[in-house]
Amino acid sequence: MLQQMNKRPESLVDVQMHYCPGCGHGVAHRLVAEVMDELGIRERTIGVAPVGCAVFADHYFNCDMIQGPHGRGPAIATGIKRSKPGCIVFSYQGDGDLASIGMAETVHVAGRSENITIVFINNAIYGMTGGQMAPTTLLGQKATTCPAGRDPKVNGYPMRMCEMLATLDGARYLERTSVHNAANVLKTKKALKKAFQYQIEGRGFTMVEILSTCPTNMGITPLDACKFVQDQMLKQYPLGVYKDIQNVSGN
Amino acid sequence: MYQGIRISGFGGQGIISSGVLLAYAGMLDGKHVTFFPSYGAEMRGGTANCSVVISSDEVTTPVVSQPDTVIVMNEPSLAKFEPLVKPGGVMIINESLVKSRPKRTDIKVVLVACNRIADELKAPKIANMAALGAFCKQTGALSIEAIAKAMPKVFKRAKPEMLELNVQALRKGAGLN
Amino acid sequence: MSEKLLMKGNDALAEGAVRAGCRFFAGYPITPQNEVPEYMSWRQPQVGGAFVQAESEVAAINMLYGAAATGTRSMTSSSSPGISLKQEGISYAAGADLPIFFVNVARGGPGLGNISGAQGDYFQSVRGGGHGDYRTFVMAPYSVEEMGNFPLHCFEVAEKYRVPAMILTDGVLGQMMEPLEFKFPEVDPKTLKEPDWALGECKGRKNRLVGSYDLVEGKLEHVTLARAKRYAQIEAEEVLFEDRLCADADIVLVAYGIAARACSAAVKMARAEGIKVGLFRPITLWPFPKRQLRELADRVQAFLVVEMSLGQLVDDVRLAVEFEAPVHLHARPSGVTPSGEEILKKIKEALKAGKGEPVCSSR
Repeated sequence: MLQQMNKRPESLVDVQMHYCPGCGHGVAHRLVAEVMDELGIRERTIGVAPVGCAVFADHYFNCDMIQGPHGRGPAIATGIKRSKPGCIVFSYQGDGDLASIGMAETVHVAGRSENITIVFINNAIYGMTGGQMAPTTLLGQKATTCPAGRDPKVNGYPMRMCEMLATLDGARYLERTSVHNAANVLKTKKALKKAFQYQIEGRGFTMVEILSTCPTNMGITPLDACKFVQDQMLKQYPLGVYKDIQNVSGN
Repeated sequence: MYQGIRISGFGGQGIISSGVLLAYAGMLDGKHVTFFPSYGAEMRGGTANCSVVISSDEVTTPVVSQPDTVIVMNEPSLAKFEPLVKPGGVMIINESLVKSRPKRTDIKVVLVACNRIADELKAPKIANMAALGAFCKQTGALSIEAIAKAMPKVFKRAKPEMLELNVQALRKGAGLN
Repeated sequence: MSEKLLMKGNDALAEGAVRAGCRFFAGYPITPQNEVPEYMSWRQPQVGGAFVQAESEVAAINMLYGAAATGTRSMTSSSSPGISLKQEGISYAAGADLPIFFVNVARGGPGLGNISGAQGDYFQSVRGGGHGDYRTFVMAPYSVEEMGNFPLHCFEVAEKYRVPAMILTDGVLGQMMEPLEFKFPEVDPKTLKEPDWALGECKGRKNRLVGSYDLVEGKLEHVTLARAKRYAQIEAEEVLFEDRLCADADIVLVAYGIAARACSAAVKMARAEGIKVGLFRPITLWPFPKRQLRELADRVQAFLVVEMSLGQLVDDVRLAVEFEAPVHLHARPSGVTPSGEEILKKIKEALKAGKGEPVCSSR
């Protein structure tokens, strides 16, 4: 007999998502929505959807949403937060959006310690445009713009965002998690909850980097995509807390 | 009436504030006025200059390319502005700091020891006021009283004693006591 | 409404915007508009608004995109190279129907160019600037008083039609001081009605979406055509211009902004010599006063367009007069303000050319 264990969070709109089988976005969306429900902030949250696969996030979250230019989520979130300081503001971004075209906006929103939360989905590839090399693509990893695999002599090296942002005084909570297995999904939710909680408390800039899967653009099965995260990505992008204001003296 | 003025000197000589003061005084006098500063890259290297127009008609361009009057507060400004003065125009020269003299014979040259006047008043920063006093006397475009009236509006944080010294410098620059 | 003040054009823009209810400003340093963000940095906190010095013009316009989406009267300013960078956000705001307000204190270009006042950004302003089919409401002040009083009108038009609105001015008007009065009662934004699209707390209502995309086949065309109806309404109802001494004129000068001031000097000189010259000054550059120019074309011998660009405004004038009268051009690009004397000379040349080939000149 089937039994419904968890109902759809109120913070998610009841529509079918367009994400591919095995994609991590759906899980991440649900976790953000559950956190919004549990913290009771849905009715005062404004979300910023990126350009990329999650462009449609504005139709999935059941709170006020805005969609803007590629990479500019942190700037848009800044304008919203400064105008509506009572609202909870989050920017949902992929790796191309956050770590490539929006790098300046990302670094400076952290530098200003803007009291917003970024949900950063790192799946090491461009999804919407069809599998091009991302700033986070691993060395040797194949993509449509590095068909022989990422060669550091030609393409440079993958970028570690949590580590980079951790050097900034304005970053108050940074954690890298993953959604490639059940245990890490739970840890991701905990991290998201902490980030939003910090924002509610007015502590400044928070970001959760979520390692995720893109089997479609990697041309592998969903299970192999999870294995790729486990075996390859974790080496380049170790999980953990990179900054927590509670553990920093003098703040 | 139309009076186009250029004021030029080092940064710190009160060039810009002199221009704003003239414009404000003209406005209080019921005239049409404009003020236009040198800005950006032109300001680098320590020189500053500005254009002021005081006119009974609407002012068309705020940039005075052929001034009726030029106030020269430092040496480099003389060479820069001598060619621009309108024939028959006036050049007021701060003789305390400017040793050269204009070669042109079709302009009126007025020498004022601006820094000496300021030093005598024990207020070395108000040499510019002595030059403005000379301007009032030479052009008749504004009265010393009009400038005095504008002072508290432009120098909002100045103490009354300082404003009084400014008026004295204006008067001395105009050759009055 | 208020006392006569002596203000710099850039300060007047900022103060005018604050009095018009602007409560969010984001900007980035660039000459010759630096006074605007400097002024806003202390003035916004006084009125409970927000000021952000952004990391780039791109970020600033996107901060505006976010702030305007909450229904806050929001502004950014920059100068030519920075306005190029902002085009991305302007296009998105147009596509998302957000009423943003921005100012271009233009300088000489292309490229880094110089920092003098110039009008080379005319096409960029009136033809869209960014990607896609859209229009921006464009006002061109020609005095410090207009600099101070136009921001309110820009906000009102932007909100009424949900379009981006801009002031196209230049370094001369931005840097000069002139007396002005603010001719409107100060706006308390708390008294303005919250728009029914503004983002905020969705308690007790359906959640709202702001965005510029629609991937459903054919649907975006409907959205764009609906917006085009508002553009048509703007063209019908929001044209502003000034004409001086055009009634009996043989030749009419057409110029906007600081170039129109030089023209008014030329008109005075010409009239003193008995030459019948008028001045037609578009105040809105889009919508362009097409009909009014077309009507003038039936009465005058010729037009002389005076612009501080290579020949951009002249295109709109020629389109408007439909070749009913010759349109001559005097162009001073890249940061040169023409003098009244040189324009007078061009007036005489144009009159001599009569109905023949239009005279185009610079210097």
